[in-house]
Amino acid sequence: MNNTIEPTPQINIRNVFFAYQKNAVLENINLNVYPKDYIAIIGPNGGGKTTLFKLILGILKPKSGEIKVLGQKPCKTSYYIGYVPQNHHISSLFPISAMDIVLMGSLSSRKKMFYSLKKNRRKAIEILDRLKMADFANNNMNSLSGGQRQKIFIARALMTTPKILLLDEPTTGIDSKGQTELYGLLEELNKDITIVMVSHDMMILSSHVKSVACVNRNLYYHDQSEISEQMIKSIYPDALTAECPIELIAHGMPHRVLKHHHKIGLKND
Amino acid sequence: MIEALQFDFMQHALIAAILASYICGIMGALIVVNRIVFLSGGIAHAAYGGIGLSVFMGWPFLIGTIGFSVVSAIIMAGISLNNKERSDAIIGVIWAFGMAFGIILVDLTPGYQVDLMSYLFGSILTVPKTDLIIMGVVAAILTFFVTLYYFELLAISYDDEFARVRGLPVKKLYFSMIIMLAITIVLVIRVVGLILIIALLTIPAYIMEKFARSLFQMIIGSILLACIFSISGLFLSYQFNIATGASIILVASVFFGISHFIRTN
Repeated sequence: MNNTIEPTPQINIRNVFFAYQKNAVLENINLNVYPKDYIAIIGPNGGGKTTLFKLILGILKPKSGEIKVLGQKPCKTSYYIGYVPQNHHISSLFPISAMDIVLMGSLSSRKKMFYSLKKNRRKAIEILDRLKMADFANNNMNSLSGGQRQKIFIARALMTTPKILLLDEPTTGIDSKGQTELYGLLEELNKDITIVMVSHDMMILSSHVKSVACVNRNLYYHDQSEISEQMIKSIYPDALTAECPIELIAHGMPHRVLKHHHKIGLKND
Repeated sequence: MIEALQFDFMQHALIAAILASYICGIMGALIVVNRIVFLSGGIAHAAYGGIGLSVFMGWPFLIGTIGFSVVSAIIMAGISLNNKERSDAIIGVIWAFGMAFGIILVDLTPGYQVDLMSYLFGSILTVPKTDLIIMGVVAAILTFFVTLYYFELLAISYDDEFARVRGLPVKKLYFSMIIMLAITIVLVIRVVGLILIIALLTIPAYIMEKFARSLFQMIIGSILLACIFSISGLFLSYQFNIATGASIILVASVFFGISHFIRTN
């Protein structure tokens, strides 16, 4: 087990259990995330994906087991993680500009009395420029589209100069063109930053994802970004019945083309 | 109307109206974006327990009431942080308890007939000079606090989870805000009364939320609107000899109604 050749993991999760009240949400989770990894976490609603993120960020504490992020307890290292939360929990009425949101990324636990707002703004513009969003810096958040808003949240995460980027369902509510753009951006960022991404819609996965972890109370890790039929069966017991109307297609390399659902009865099968 | 200002009490009332508008504008914007309007209502009504306690113990009004309100505000905010789903019920209980406690203590005070109406609906025309000085000091402290922690307050109001991930002292900031809110409410009780204070806190902020492009703009706009409401309400009440607190809120409500017909993009 102790492979000395392997680099030290940035995120090290060992035998973690978590429950909100009585019902176990996560059971015996083991996961190592290495530098420059690009992991997609998939699984059904309520399967514990967001909970796993909150454990990594130190917002929640495991009932048992151990989590180390960059070799330390998560609550001490959340500073180094760029977090892009699901954006639907945030009020759309809030009067706030895109720039103000990006600047939130420059906040830290130690109050800087004489921090340079100008310097932070310049950095924010640079990041927005990279995401092709600089023109929208002074726009009100509620005037932006879902995809643009998502980019602003990514910009806020990048503002923290993260070592690891955690994205929670970043493609929700974004059309396929926007998704392609977003995945292109993430691929670019992955050259320097480790990325862990929750994707509710397991059918749409970037071909650049290096590995896949399926979370539904338990965690199954798959080194190649391949989704096998068996994997789907274990994670989505109902997926292979008529309830799942979606064909499992992932574009890109041949090994990502998946087997058909059986007994599905799709008309254009 | 200007001739009304030759009276001392009108000058004091005008200063009180402006100071109350200033602190209500700042706190109102914060409570609206934090969605703690109901909690503010709880603090305002529970404050009556503090008024009763001050009367019963013979303490100065402001000290007893601020103390009681801050404690009840911290309890309500603490419970609602830990039990979000039932926070409205718990706030409702403390809301009613505070009022009942205050009424009974006033009843038990021998030979003292407190003018309940003046606390419920305000008595801006009799605001003493010391209150004006205290309001001025609180306005200055509030300005300092909000200016220094503007981005922190913005972050915890907008996305407290992200603020926590960044390592901000979210709870400390939140409770500081609640304490400032409790003090604001007690001070403004004298101006518009504890029943009407929610209107002066929320109406300007609700209106501005539609038009403002940032929290800062929302605060500035709320202060200006609150000033317009309270000054015009004051002069209306002088002109037609009607209750001041109610006049202020009536003006505010009319503006609120009009703002609903203005469309923004």
